[in-house]
Amino acid sequence: MRPLKHLFGITDLDSEQIKYLVNLGHSFIDINRRSIKKAPTLRGKTIINLFFENSTRTRTSFELAGKRLSADVINISASTSATKKGESLLDTGMTLAAMQPHILVIRHSIAGTCEFLAEHLGDTSIVNAGDGAHEHPTQILTDLLTLKQTWDSMEDKVITIVGDIAHSRVARSHLIAAKKLGYKMRVVAPKTLLPSDIERYGCEVYHDFDAALPGSDAVYMLRMQTERMTDNCSIPSIREYHEAYGLNRARLNAAGSDTLVLHPGPMNRGVEIATDVADSVNSHVLSQVEHGVAIRMAVLAALCGGNDAEEISPKRNRRTKREMEEDAMKSKEGFWS
Amino acid sequence: MTDTVLFDNTALEDALIRMATAIAGTEIYLVGIHSGGAKVANAIQIQLEDAGNTVHRGNLDISFYRDDLDTIGPNPEVRPSELPFDVSGKEVWLVDDVLYSGRTIRAAMDELFDYGRPSSIKLAILVDRGGRQLPISANCVGLTHNAPANCTVKLITKGTWHIEQRQVK
Amino acid sequence: MSISLLIKGGRVIDPANAIDEVCDLWIEDGHIAGIGAFDGVAESTIDATGKIVSPGLIDMHVHLREPGQEWKEDIESGSRAAVAGGITTMCCMPNTGPHIDHAGIARQIIERSNQVGLCNVLPIGAVTKNLDGKELTEMRELSRAGCVAFSDDGMPIWHAGVMRKALEYSSSFDYMIIQHAEEKQLTGDGCINEGWISTQLGVTGMPVEGEDSMIARDIMLTRRANARYHVAHISSFGGVAMVRAAQAEGLKVSTEAAPHHFALTEDEVLGYNVDAKMSPPLRTEADRLAVIEGLRDGTIEVIATDHAPHHDDDKRCGLSCAAFGIVGLETMLPVSLDLVRNDVLTMSDLIAKMTCNPARLLNLDAGTLSISSAADITLFDPEETWIVDRNKLVSKGKNTPWHGREMTGKVNYTLKGGNIVFNATASIAEEG
Repeated sequence: MRPLKHLFGITDLDSEQIKYLVNLGHSFIDINRRSIKKAPTLRGKTIINLFFENSTRTRTSFELAGKRLSADVINISASTSATKKGESLLDTGMTLAAMQPHILVIRHSIAGTCEFLAEHLGDTSIVNAGDGAHEHPTQILTDLLTLKQTWDSMEDKVITIVGDIAHSRVARSHLIAAKKLGYKMRVVAPKTLLPSDIERYGCEVYHDFDAALPGSDAVYMLRMQTERMTDNCSIPSIREYHEAYGLNRARLNAAGSDTLVLHPGPMNRGVEIATDVADSVNSHVLSQVEHGVAIRMAVLAALCGGNDAEEISPKRNRRTKREMEEDAMKSKEGFWS
Repeated sequence: MTDTVLFDNTALEDALIRMATAIAGTEIYLVGIHSGGAKVANAIQIQLEDAGNTVHRGNLDISFYRDDLDTIGPNPEVRPSELPFDVSGKEVWLVDDVLYSGRTIRAAMDELFDYGRPSSIKLAILVDRGGRQLPISANCVGLTHNAPANCTVKLITKGTWHIEQRQVK
Repeated sequence: MSISLLIKGGRVIDPANAIDEVCDLWIEDGHIAGIGAFDGVAESTIDATGKIVSPGLIDMHVHLREPGQEWKEDIESGSRAAVAGGITTMCCMPNTGPHIDHAGIARQIIERSNQVGLCNVLPIGAVTKNLDGKELTEMRELSRAGCVAFSDDGMPIWHAGVMRKALEYSSSFDYMIIQHAEEKQLTGDGCINEGWISTQLGVTGMPVEGEDSMIARDIMLTRRANARYHVAHISSFGGVAMVRAAQAEGLKVSTEAAPHHFALTEDEVLGYNVDAKMSPPLRTEADRLAVIEGLRDGTIEVIATDHAPHHDDDKRCGLSCAAFGIVGLETMLPVSLDLVRNDVLTMSDLIAKMTCNPARLLNLDAGTLSISSAADITLFDPEETWIVDRNKLVSKGKNTPWHGREMTGKVNYTLKGGNIVFNATASIAEEG
């Protein structure tokens, strides 16, 4: 298996690596459940969580993951960082890299931030904790670990993802993972919330939520950024959005009693998801949170292991479209076989 | 490269019986170390249960407790540790197939302590091949063989069990 | 007969005079003295065997950054880059600081370029004061100061009412309006073409309708005003089609294409390549082919670079934040020569799009090899190959998408007014 130097996105992983990280995450679940939640795996490693966007849960998840593996973890958020003083992103990155951390975990509102920094930051491994509307790989690995608890294989499963697909890095990362692992994605949204040419990911596109429900093995609800949406005319009102695209009990029943409900959090109860659905037995939202810590432990351990690890994508910035598509088409085997 | 069978199946069977006899007691907490130690622990468990002892089994995967993660990276075959009993106040038998440097045992003890505080930890080893790098010795040893440093000693469980010595460059 | 400079044995191509033959060209007192078989004594001679001798190239769309952003480019560095690319006349856009929206700045630029003395620099005046799209500039005054056309380039003249007035007023005096056609209400904070690439990269796109809708609006206004309207850097299938239809209708609508828009597509941006970010953005293969077809059938009369030098500080900040624009002066000719190699254009037609065609649109006394015209001449080898190295570009701007790629076609000499202002051999010797 190709060793990992960075984790920019699902795009850069082959199915074997995805399987490996999910399985590694599985073996960390136990550590998080016992009374002494600590292993010495990353003793002496330094991890900096550099968050330019607010995110309580992802940052906490990465912080716990690092600390439970005995790494020294520093958190920097945009509000306390030098960016407020006009320092450029690159200078902030190079300054932190000069302090010799092993891993920089980065969240930024600009797509491609991790690839951009990696070009200039030498040895430091970079983990993408979400970049603009581009990728959010640890969320997708988390979801796969969660689904693994219920499903034997991802092969031919149908995940229906609903909401602001246009601005969703979770949706994009899932669409890429689906091709690699052989599951199917349905995307559901009004056209105002869909990016151009979305069908080229090989997904089914629906504007009618009710039509997409039958046959859905999981329904994945995305968070609605409510203020932004009405201001730019993407939706007329929260009320109408909930009526058209909210997951309520009737819709869950239409999908099926075994249908799993996922949400990357934080949830807007009463907007994209009704409270009784959020709290139902079908909901795996809290499992996702729990597994998120285990997956992030796995990612950090995988990046720290093996000094002779080759860079996974040394010249990502010059990859051609064909290479990207070939990657996407690689090996569609079910990954728990 | 030369492969030598150090101990054949008969020698191993005898050793496992001797080990079970030495470990025997009323309540036994037996923890195998993935993956060879877990197999040895299974074999000893059968002997002990046949003799009427009560055995509590657990397994440890010490991948996350190794001191050489930097050079080798996480093991792709890593499995979750399973300790379905509370180790606090118990006498716990750690079981492994081959004892060499002692680093695996140290890592296993570290992990065990993260589950609780056993009253004591004892070590049962199928083969002690010498070459210790840490002050660790087993309480119960099935077989002994001083292997040269340029050799690996392995428990082979494919087919009939035996112990193999292989010279490496 | 005794003359000052003889260019001997080259393939002389002068589209304006329908000349394309292997012969001599000679120069006296900074002017073209003759074309044919020279029989006499020359003070100096350039052997042009195997080379093409063309009128000095004209680039009617350049950002020189002086005054105001001299760390990105200035008139001297821009002039050096231009002549290295075979360009002897260029038109600079008014988005400087201060803008070219009053005569003083236009005169200052012309005076400075005369001091530098390498390349003719002709300013394009602003259409609106401050480029803010509200009040018209004093176009007559700017024209007297040397402005050859009017544009708010960088910004569109977005307000339809202002655009109508601008077209009506400018055409009263036969001035041409050059439009950066972009409906900002549609393109918003987009940074690349909207489509499959922008979706994969997760960045906001600029829909092609942003360009098309403004061209459509402008053509209607041009029809009403009977104005002269020129679409800058056309990049879309729809845009080319509308300009073609307008020309067929007899409207005074013209357009130009930048080399990157007929050589590259949006695929260049994959991997967040900031040096492939410009406005209008690189578009799809269908758009690229439409631009090539427009060049072939004559809808697009001019090739111009939209040379937009930026400092690394403005580019090294991630795709969404990076400045729009790429440099182009030094790569215009070799990239465009692909149109000849791919049988889109004859060599003469290609040279016309970089010489007499822009000269005709802008009423310039340039772009030909007519006897007694100024000896602005470009001498290039269409077969010589070289590798683009961003660090060796003459321009201060290093933002080129062609870094590391092989170019076929190299400028050997550039002459302005009979003087050698660029000599490839000498510049190599200097480097050594």
